[in-house]
Amino acid sequence: MSPTGAGAAATPKYTKKDFESDQDVRWCPGCGDYAILSAIQKSMPDLGIPKENIVFISGIGCSSRFPYYMNTYGFHTIHGRAPALATGLKVARPDLKIFVVTGDGDGLSIGGNHMLHVLRRNVDVTVLLFNNRIYGLTKGQYSPTSELGKVTKSTPLGSADRPVNPLAFALGCGATFVGRTVDRNIPHMDEMLKRAAAHRGTAFLEILQNCNVYNDLAWNVLYDKESKVLHELRLEHGKPLLFGPPDARQAVIMQGVTPKVVDAKGVAESALWIHDEKNVNAAKLLADLFAPDFPVPIGVLEDIAAPIYENVLIDQEQHALSDRGPGDIAKLLTSGDTWKISSEGG
Amino acid sequence: MSETATPVTGGRKSRKELSRAVIRFAGDSGDGMQLTGEQFTTESAWAGNDLATLPNFPAEIRAPAGTLFGVSSFQLQFGSQRVYTPGDRLDCLVAMNPAALKVHLSDLKPGGLLIVNTAAYEKRNLDKAGYAQNPLDDPALAERYRLHKVDMSGLTHEAIKDLPLNTKEKDRTKNFFALGLVSWIYTRPLEPTLDWIGKKFAKNPQFAEANTRVLKAGHAFGETAEFFEESYGIAPAEMAPGLYRAMTGNRALAWGLLAAAQRSQLTVVYGAYPITPASSVLEELAMHKRFRIRTIQAEDEIAAVTAAIGASFGGAIGVTCSSGPGIALKGEGIGLAVTAELPLVILNIQRAGPSTGMPTKTEQADLMQALYGRNSESPIVVLAPATPGDCFYVAYEAVRIALKYMVPVMVLSDGFLANGSEPWLIPDPATLPPIDVTFRTEKEGFFPYLRDPATLARPWVRPGTPGLEHRIGGIEKQDVTGNISYDPENHDHMVRTRAEKVRRVAQEIPPTSINGPATGDVLVVGWGGTYGAITAAVERAQADGKSVASIHLRHLNPLPPDLGHLLREYRKVLVPEINSGQLVRVLRAEYLVDAVGFNRVRGLPLASEDIYDAVIQLGSQK
Repeated sequence: MSPTGAGAAATPKYTKKDFESDQDVRWCPGCGDYAILSAIQKSMPDLGIPKENIVFISGIGCSSRFPYYMNTYGFHTIHGRAPALATGLKVARPDLKIFVVTGDGDGLSIGGNHMLHVLRRNVDVTVLLFNNRIYGLTKGQYSPTSELGKVTKSTPLGSADRPVNPLAFALGCGATFVGRTVDRNIPHMDEMLKRAAAHRGTAFLEILQNCNVYNDLAWNVLYDKESKVLHELRLEHGKPLLFGPPDARQAVIMQGVTPKVVDAKGVAESALWIHDEKNVNAAKLLADLFAPDFPVPIGVLEDIAAPIYENVLIDQEQHALSDRGPGDIAKLLTSGDTWKISSEGG
Repeated sequence: MSETATPVTGGRKSRKELSRAVIRFAGDSGDGMQLTGEQFTTESAWAGNDLATLPNFPAEIRAPAGTLFGVSSFQLQFGSQRVYTPGDRLDCLVAMNPAALKVHLSDLKPGGLLIVNTAAYEKRNLDKAGYAQNPLDDPALAERYRLHKVDMSGLTHEAIKDLPLNTKEKDRTKNFFALGLVSWIYTRPLEPTLDWIGKKFAKNPQFAEANTRVLKAGHAFGETAEFFEESYGIAPAEMAPGLYRAMTGNRALAWGLLAAAQRSQLTVVYGAYPITPASSVLEELAMHKRFRIRTIQAEDEIAAVTAAIGASFGGAIGVTCSSGPGIALKGEGIGLAVTAELPLVILNIQRAGPSTGMPTKTEQADLMQALYGRNSESPIVVLAPATPGDCFYVAYEAVRIALKYMVPVMVLSDGFLANGSEPWLIPDPATLPPIDVTFRTEKEGFFPYLRDPATLARPWVRPGTPGLEHRIGGIEKQDVTGNISYDPENHDHMVRTRAEKVRRVAQEIPPTSINGPATGDVLVVGWGGTYGAITAAVERAQADGKSVASIHLRHLNPLPPDLGHLLREYRKVLVPEINSGQLVRVLRAEYLVDAVGFNRVRGLPLASEDIYDAVIQLGSQK
């Protein structure tokens, strides 16, 4: 039974309210998480899945409080382990629709290993990574996505380690769906949530999120009106990579194996880079683009099909069962070399 | 050798009846000693003997040939009476090379049978073993032991010289020469090994032919060679009637889980990361896809335990397995299962530590880790099997308790039980206790932390159940509602409740059985894989007329409710363990008894001789 299939016949008509739990939301006022929570609650009725078949799994961090606020099944687990726990749940219960909610610290630092493996296994779960480039819950230390030289409480002279790029990481792990959206772009977030949830296999959606207390406006390049117009690159399958104000459109094109920004007017149609979600190599190049030298891509970088971990396991099981029928412990115990000792004393 | 019978004359050579014998096959890790020992074990089981085995091999997969650390050995004791241990001192040692002789000779009894492959005693191997001279040339060796120098390599090559195999392939069959020879000495049937050869080399008739010929050549050599003046017979043991099979501890754990899955009609989801000596449980389970088992080879120990917890949250039986270092990594995850109050079974196949320690060597030093090795107050149930076959029942019981009480249960096996085998009376699975699981589906009055009045278990709800959507997690929660709570009184209440839930598992423990008088001088209390050594020592002391009894604990947390009372019925309490005194500490703390430890931490099973000496010594004290 697939999550979508299960829902098709019997799913009640839900509204956003059906997915709001009775718990008080305890994020800082002004936190980007509020907008994400609202968008996710709003996207739930469109899944067409009975809400009892939906599970939110999280690790530790501000983002990981998420499950408490969703009126679905939920498990707030331990730091970094949500992808592993979700893998076990999905293997036991492939009929469930599972979301993993994590952050840049939880998902890419303490839980980096599990993130790597859930992505390469292609377990059918939707991973939502809230990236605010800071540790919020522990009160303001730098995170694995913080820029080099980041001055925080734990790095008063600036951080010494270079940041990880979540999209490039996910693609490097063999992810089958990689996308990016922004907490302050509600319509885009709605669309991306829908796309990620519809993907079969592991969907990895980075949500650029504002921590107004410890790292305010880290993503100002996409918040500030003027900057956004100059830098936001909307990825759309089959469309060219064009961005910038209407009167000064620019294009990202390939020069050899290197992306380059040029004036759109001067580019022949055949030279445009047409976005193709099925092209994994192109997605890897897109993942590295960022301001100020390049635009910041948002949208679906990649969406491909690959074998799904739990499906492969269950196929093997089905084959074994259809070949030889269900196992019987009594038969197993007496299989192979056995010998009898009679009551006469052997 | 306990020589109880008079020589029997049969044919040219005489045959002596023994009640038991201890044999060790030792050689280079490439010499096939494990296989030789396993085949000899099967032959002895066929002959109707009771037996116990001790495989002992280096951690290196292919250790450099001829070195001391590359020596691999397989020991077994077999007898016409109950055999509790693989034996302490050897009646017979087969040393395939100088390194094996050097490592193992000190365990051979004076006058014991020493069989060597002379071809291997050449300069290079002697150098590697650190022998300046060939020890076989030292007349003292033949005076102290019944030394038999056999050119096994030469005789092996001679037996198959016309077969189209290369020298290396021919040489590799020499372990079967040794097996054939020792099988003749101890009057073992060759049929099981001939069967095995037929099956193993079904697709390679030349190898089948070579191994068959070499096995028979070894056997015939014993029969005809002048210097083997006698052979030995060991009558079948008096064992409970029924159908038997050889059982190792790790296979028994795996099959116990399968039995529990079938009985409960739930799926076991088994998350594990390969680690010695636990990996073979994963490998065994992975073969049985027709049973209710799904295995995940996780990316690490932490993922293995959290995947199991995820499965339990989904209504399956979450099981994880490792050895000490891996259990350390799982600690945080186990704590999550404690507070989420989900069923979880953790198998710990203990090995010598700390840190990496000696991965292939046994130890029982993880008891404190099992009881206390997590942050804060994180009580779990702890069980320990006593023998390889007992692993089956303990794995089953661990699942039963975990599901009934919604609690993590750790099983403490060890490397000795894991790899050792014993003749195992096959049970009828229908006679195992029922495992009844009821998932909550009733909406009315539902809260995630409602409690069953008898077990304190909270309701188990499968995601997918309409109307029961709820959230759980690692944050402290209010009892009954499951809502996040930082209330001081509630936390104190929850700490006590989680402890009380584990304590109530004592309801499941049958009255403690005592091996010996109900009151007396010395009570020996053991747990885990030392059962055989303790029982053999205690029965020997009893046969000597001493007032000694033993108790073997399968439940280590909670402890049996009648234990405190029993401990006071004896003048002295002795606790033998392969650690520096862990259970003894628990007993002293729990019951205020002056229990005394007997501790050896050598990576090897305790010797029953040593336990016997400790019993006698303690009994003689005022």
